[in-house]
Amino acid sequence: MEAFFTNVDWPEIGRATWDTLLMLGGSMALTVLFGVPLGVLLYLSGRGRLAANPVLNAALSLVVNVLRSVPFIILLIVMLPVTVLLVGTSLGVAGAIPPLVVGAAPFYARLVESALREVDNGVVEATQAMGASTWQIVTRALLPEAMPGVIAGATVTAIALVSYTAMAGVVGAGGLGDLAIRFGYQRFQTDVMVVTVVLLLLLVQGLQMLGDRLVAAVSHR
Amino acid sequence: MIRLDGVTKRFRSAAGERVALDGVDLTVAAGQVFGVVGRSGAGKSTLIRTINLLERPDAGRVIVDGQEITALAPAELRAARRRIGMIFQHFNLLNAKTIAENVAFPLRLEGRSGAEVDRRVAGLLDRLGLAEHAKKHPAQLSGGQKQRVGIARALATEPKVLLCDEATSALDPETTDEILTLLDQLNRELGLTLVLITHQMEVVRRVCDRVAVMQDGRVVEEGATADVFLHPGHPATRAMLAEGEEAFDALLAPVGGRLAKLTFRGGSTYEPELSRVARSVGVDYSILSGRISRIRGEPYGQLVVAFTGGDAEAAVAQLGARGVVVEAV
Repeated sequence: MEAFFTNVDWPEIGRATWDTLLMLGGSMALTVLFGVPLGVLLYLSGRGRLAANPVLNAALSLVVNVLRSVPFIILLIVMLPVTVLLVGTSLGVAGAIPPLVVGAAPFYARLVESALREVDNGVVEATQAMGASTWQIVTRALLPEAMPGVIAGATVTAIALVSYTAMAGVVGAGGLGDLAIRFGYQRFQTDVMVVTVVLLLLLVQGLQMLGDRLVAAVSHR
Repeated sequence: MIRLDGVTKRFRSAAGERVALDGVDLTVAAGQVFGVVGRSGAGKSTLIRTINLLERPDAGRVIVDGQEITALAPAELRAARRRIGMIFQHFNLLNAKTIAENVAFPLRLEGRSGAEVDRRVAGLLDRLGLAEHAKKHPAQLSGGQKQRVGIARALATEPKVLLCDEATSALDPETTDEILTLLDQLNRELGLTLVLITHQMEVVRRVCDRVAVMQDGRVVEEGATADVFLHPGHPATRAMLAEGEEAFDALLAPVGGRLAKLTFRGGSTYEPELSRVARSVGVDYSILSGRISRIRGEPYGQLVVAFTGGDAEAAVAQLGARGVVVEAV
């Protein structure tokens, strides 16, 4: 057993795990912060919706589609100057978060939009008939009703972010994926590869379970 | 209480323009139960939705409780909507909230909270027989129970007007009956003005004081329910009334004599008028079709008869003199 894990530097693994969790936590929080309002705007400006606005909708849609069609690895590099501008560095955990958010928020916004579309328009209409403002309709009726979909979407996004963090190693962000590439792959240290992949697997598994539990807790169908 | 003045609404789509409402004028008095019937596509759904401006008319005015709804600024409109309750065919309850939270929802939107809201909600749940379901979610209730939650929610802000958009169309006959009884009660006990759109003539017959019949975005006939139902003037009304009824067809019944449609209303429905007249004039009669029922509690009878073997015209004249409406068939 000990012999197999000769190359594994456990403190290093610990640091990498922590970096991955930091990147994931930080980028996920910001992804939700930007993704939910963007998803709401996409929904509201859509055809036949409360604030239907074809021009705004087309513009938002274009931005989202452009960002989603750029491969993440390219986005990482293209974002470098912006990242430096935003957080003062393009390195480490802090340097990885802006590209991660820019990569994930448009994706999450689409998931939020489709969760909102699932809400029966009759509910929106009933709330409107009670004299609710658009803000109240969104915050008191639409988002609570769409919550299972919004949370399920966050789970999918968080898991996508886990694999994005691995690529962030390219810009020196650190983390488990970075270890897997630099040691496990490039130096043929199979034991490091196994350990990092198992940890990533546990992380993904944990996120999925947490997400499923939360969805079940807010579903009343 | 409610007045529509030349309300017009057009819908534009890729297929072109469609006129959903074509200059509709309508007046609903306070405390009235007003029915709007018509086939799907006649514009009745659009009509009810213009009353609280869920659908903004392209032309015309909507006045509710002395306030011109069509002239209000957004914030005033939201305030006005709180005084107009609405219930829906598919209930449109919030699935994520409990029954009690659903009923409290309109009050929460006004920013109210605390014991007063709890008391109001408990009172409404009690009144509508929902107290034991307070902590459940809508998915756990039957259709009839969901509609009662819808009604409780609509009443939370103590509106003067309740709009019912096909409120019983998704319910089975028994539950429909239960909801209609409830609406009738609310009208009588609270003096609530009800506007009710439906394609079910039975609903109108049960609860409506007045009825308007719509076709192609226009009101083609309007009047007291009994008048419209017993003596329909417009072909659209006749067609809707004939649906599901075994109407008398003179071509199929091999009878001779003078045919007449007799309508009895009120107390005379239960009097032996026909046999008295037959005896005094000396005619025979065969009853070819008929219905004895009630329209919003008022009894009526409508019979198609054939007079034979005597002076049929004298019988018709005597029936007329006794307050029976006689029409040719």
